[in-house]
Amino acid sequence: MAKMNLLQAINNALITVMEQDERVMVFGEDVGHFGGVFRATSNLQQQFGKGRCFNTPLTEQGIIGFANGLASQGSVPVAEIQFGDYIFPAFDQIVNETAKFRYRSGGQFSCGTLTIRTPYGGGIAGGLYHSQSPEAFFAHCPGLKIVVPRNPYQAKGLLLASIRDDNPVLFMEPKRLYRASVSDVPEEDYELPLGKADIVQEGKDITLLGWGAQIEILQKAAEMALEDGVSCEIIDLRSILPWDAETVAESVMKTGRLLINHEAPQTGGFASEIAATIQEKCFLYLESPIARVCGLDTPYPLAHEKEYMPDQYKTYEAIKRTLKY
Amino acid sequence: MQDRNHLARVSTTHKVHVIENGLIDIPMLQILQPDGSVHKEAVAPELDQDTATKMYNTMAYIRVLDERMVAAQRQGRISFYLASTGEEAAAVGSAAALSDDDMIMSQYREQGALAYRGYTTEQFMNQMFSNEKDPNKGRQMPIHYGDKPLNFMTISSPLGTQIPQASGYAYGQKMAGKDAVTICYFGEGAASEGDFHAGLNMAAVLNCPAIFFCRNNGYAISTPADEQFAGDGIASRGLGYGIKTIRVDGNDILAVYAATKLAREIALKDECPVLIEAMTYRLAAHSTSDDPTGYRSREEEDKWRAKDPIQRMEKWLESKGWFDEKAAQKLLDKTRQDVLAAVKQAEKIDVPPIEDIVNDVYSEVPWHLKDQLEQLKSHIRQYPDVYPKTSGRIK
Repeated sequence: MAKMNLLQAINNALITVMEQDERVMVFGEDVGHFGGVFRATSNLQQQFGKGRCFNTPLTEQGIIGFANGLASQGSVPVAEIQFGDYIFPAFDQIVNETAKFRYRSGGQFSCGTLTIRTPYGGGIAGGLYHSQSPEAFFAHCPGLKIVVPRNPYQAKGLLLASIRDDNPVLFMEPKRLYRASVSDVPEEDYELPLGKADIVQEGKDITLLGWGAQIEILQKAAEMALEDGVSCEIIDLRSILPWDAETVAESVMKTGRLLINHEAPQTGGFASEIAATIQEKCFLYLESPIARVCGLDTPYPLAHEKEYMPDQYKTYEAIKRTLKY
Repeated sequence: MQDRNHLARVSTTHKVHVIENGLIDIPMLQILQPDGSVHKEAVAPELDQDTATKMYNTMAYIRVLDERMVAAQRQGRISFYLASTGEEAAAVGSAAALSDDDMIMSQYREQGALAYRGYTTEQFMNQMFSNEKDPNKGRQMPIHYGDKPLNFMTISSPLGTQIPQASGYAYGQKMAGKDAVTICYFGEGAASEGDFHAGLNMAAVLNCPAIFFCRNNGYAISTPADEQFAGDGIASRGLGYGIKTIRVDGNDILAVYAATKLAREIALKDECPVLIEAMTYRLAAHSTSDDPTGYRSREEEDKWRAKDPIQRMEKWLESKGWFDEKAAQKLLDKTRQDVLAAVKQAEKIDVPPIEDIVNDVYSEVPWHLKDQLEQLKSHIRQYPDVYPKTSGRIK
């Protein structure tokens, strides 16, 4: 075990897999000699050479198109998009190409070895274009997997599983936690399962569901609720697509209440999909409507960032409303 | 119907003919020598003393503003800043060659063009401190300026998006019969984005009076130009799209001015785009989030410090008898004081009222955003200490 922050855990996972598998190549804007603007790829070029870790020109559609070709050839690309907010020039390559390669060729060709890493989320004074959480756009895209870690231990295990998974994975890293989150991380190789939620804390009165940096918010809200004698179960979904409806449904059948929290705007957010599925699976167990605590249906503002965020206070108030219903 | 012939310009050869990169020489226009004297073969553009002085003063102003704001970021007073040190001549020299009616669509390192248009220290500060006097309502990170009265389009962080927009804006100006062009600034890194290629091609095909002004400053964050493209800079691409192209020394303000002036004339008269590639160097870090010591040497930077565009112009002004050292020093001191005073003033002004969180998403606030605003206000009333920037003004 070693103490690592989230960036170090990602760097460690990349070293682990690059040492084992020569087909793994890491690239994106500034990821080479410089090690990326957040330094997630530090020292990879020095250790593995310019052929396997390199800067690309500044073109997201180029990065993902190139990665698709590389993956279809049998290499294992780990492509970085510098900010989740800048992934949209690559939307066509991801949605129409990455995700459909296997299906359209009857399984002859695929981009299954591709992993796209990108930082997402707010709380860093990033304003409109350094704060967005675009997971829901991609959750509407069959053929992709979407994975979000909440801490360094999760990040290493989930990233290793994502790179080795036989499907393209969009791996979204909560940049607010890059240096803020530190935990014990095994130095050896390990994987955490994709498509499987993690019960962070057991409880009996209400299930709080989230992912990434919002898990901390749920924990803070649960502490506030505990002072009122409310016992919260906290679930980290970890994989947005495919998502672990079974674990969530089992929890809701136990607690009778569900609150979902995400930073992205509420309308069309992934909470909507979860709520629809859970009311289908747990209709007779629900004691109150499923609550959503999300970002506002606005672009992500700078001056009003604090007001925009689905923080622990908004979450705590929603827990109270749900219990009083 | 008109017959088309897409082979009209194609000649025939009977041997395998490989065209290599570098066969076409694209020279760089230089009017001022590094010592500030005019090259023997060059002709200095016509500039009166007032305009020349304004150009010089704007560069000197931006140099000071950049220094002070980097310091303000270090002190934690603003969250972010992005300096243009070493590139002042590219933005100021080009802006000086335009008419105030011309639209400026900038990337994010053209504060010199904005200052030349008349943006005040107070206006710079209001944007950087996200206060309620910022006409962009404090929604974006510092340095994302925008000012409709000055014909300066609000800056967007995603790179290159303004390039095809400039083609469209210029087309609209032409169709409306305006005697105006659009200038579109971007870096050599942004020119790798798909939007660059789309935008230039559309401007050429649709005869848009736009000036595409590339600041080739050698770096896109840490990525050097030789890892950005393998061809002859950005200028060579203009030829591929059928766009008239000029390469200019970006640290020579007279050359930048002369090139942009001519480009504007061509764009208006011939109703077509012009590409300018200004060769310069980003002496500053990419931004206050960046540390260039991780990817380039001090020696390399020093070589470019010696080509300082402000000093070069200063020497030329001296040779014309137009440089008043005392007045210049006085102006620098005054600018420093003004910037500090403006910082202190701007940080005291409130952020925009909470209602502005839902305004401008649409032309009118729809029902669901009205609901969300009411819920938010009642939540802030309940936890006023958690949201101190807005709670005091909610009734």
